[in-house]
Amino acid sequence: MWLWFSKLGSPKWFYELSGKWLPWLVGPMAFLLVVGIVLALLFVPPDYQQGNTIRIMYIHVPFASISLAFFPLMALAGTITLVWRMKLADIVAKTAAPLGAWFTALALASGSIWGSDIWGTWWIWDGRLTSMLLQLFLLIGVISLRSALEDAEAAAKACAVLSIVGCINVVVIKYSVDWWNTLHQPSSPFSVSNEAPNPPEVWVPLVIMIFAVYLFFAVSLILSIRNEILVSERRSEWVQQLVQGS
Amino acid sequence: MSIQRTTTIKAFQATLRRDLLIAYKRKNDVINPFMFFLIVATLFPIGISPDPDRLSEIATGVLWISTLLASLLAMDNLYRADYEDGSLEQLLLIPHPLYFMVMAKNVAHWLISGLPVVLVSPLIAYMLNLPAESFGTLFITLLLGTPVLSLLGSIGVALTVGLGSRGLILAVITLPMSVPVLIAGTLAVQQTLNGASLAGYVAIMGAMLLASISLAPLASAAALRISVN
Amino acid sequence: MFDVIQFSSLGEFLNMGGYAFNVWAVYALFVVFFSVNLYYPLMRKRHIFSEQKRRLIVNKEMNPKNDDNKEVENLATHVGGEDV
Repeated sequence: MWLWFSKLGSPKWFYELSGKWLPWLVGPMAFLLVVGIVLALLFVPPDYQQGNTIRIMYIHVPFASISLAFFPLMALAGTITLVWRMKLADIVAKTAAPLGAWFTALALASGSIWGSDIWGTWWIWDGRLTSMLLQLFLLIGVISLRSALEDAEAAAKACAVLSIVGCINVVVIKYSVDWWNTLHQPSSPFSVSNEAPNPPEVWVPLVIMIFAVYLFFAVSLILSIRNEILVSERRSEWVQQLVQGS
Repeated sequence: MSIQRTTTIKAFQATLRRDLLIAYKRKNDVINPFMFFLIVATLFPIGISPDPDRLSEIATGVLWISTLLASLLAMDNLYRADYEDGSLEQLLLIPHPLYFMVMAKNVAHWLISGLPVVLVSPLIAYMLNLPAESFGTLFITLLLGTPVLSLLGSIGVALTVGLGSRGLILAVITLPMSVPVLIAGTLAVQQTLNGASLAGYVAIMGAMLLASISLAPLASAAALRISVN
Repeated sequence: MFDVIQFSSLGEFLNMGGYAFNVWAVYALFVVFFSVNLYYPLMRKRHIFSEQKRRLIVNKEMNPKNDDNKEVENLATHVGGEDV
């Protein structure tokens, strides 16, 4: 089992394995995306409160839920980097940060566009939006730190520490912002429909889209990791052979 | 001369004393952040409105945000001078847990920058028209909150100590982390004005303080080891 | 369950009951984000390959006697370059 674990750290092994797996991820991703979007746009009945804007939920909710996963992922990768000094873990952390920032930004933007007619405003300081905004700031902080430190090894470890601290902080921020919000705002007119029990026409496409976007995240991450591996291992023999062979 | 082994407590005290002594000799480093706090707190009434009613609404937030920003400015002093003259490396070589050395520096830093802000806060609160019955709450929450700000800021500074001009990245890293303290502090004052009991808020801020005391210096120590090597 | 298309004409579909801007803006953002996010890594990979090829050729020209291409370093799986 330890052999498998240390093999897991080999960039070459990851590159070859991911090369084989990628088609198996892209296929289902494309299929689920097409099915999900078609269902969301054409077949989901309009909401009695929100009309056709309910279709935005099928983009917004998957992105928002995946955005929550980034800090735990980076904290885990950071811990592995610090404890076992596995280069691959650092590559995962390095590529996850900008991807996470984009996912969070898209979640915020889609939510804002959704709310612009429903709430009558493009922005509202409710618990969820505020804590997601702060998470975006923290992610940008990690990205800044990575680029500010010149020594790659120090940058890897420093970002690992910041990701771990940031992960704890994201949890604390979420609770404190919720608390702050309930005391300041009257109960928001906005109720997320997917919390109430819903007919399957509504939640089945949502589940499909969540899976589809998760696959999209995995595919994006793997593609970026592969590139990073190529760059960091460029002096090794297997990369050189790969390049020459192309 | 016989070789004496010092205890960790003695090392803690020595580090604390050294930092306080340095601060005493470089009074500018103490006065500037304090002045920054006063000036920023004064900017708000000027920029927003001198009307007493409006001021009393925003007073808590203004005070807390000014404290936050001032602590950020004061953070710079924490490790930079030591890094530049090599004494930070020496600190890492001391055969005692780095946690305590970091703690000593954080305590010194809070005594120099946080405590003066806490002590002068009732005066500024008066100028900002905060209702008099909140002064006590404000004082207690600042007393509990400013050490947390110091401890959290120390993490950010430790991560960036090697960088040249790092004022802004420090802010980007540290300010989001300070949001929970800001929320707890401002809510405490506002809600006790509405009649809520102080005990709950003190408990929450106390919990934050205890959590930071146990965890933040660990992160700072790890970050220092990374940055100095 | 999914037998009813909710719109009776293309015009209605595009209009989204008055919310055309909101819905289509979000889906457009998604399509753009999706395409860029898949396109960019593939472009970068191509760039990395061509860059490396160029470097190998330059290296060979500069060290004609070097059969083994001495640029090769040990595989480093650990941060800091230690061997496995």
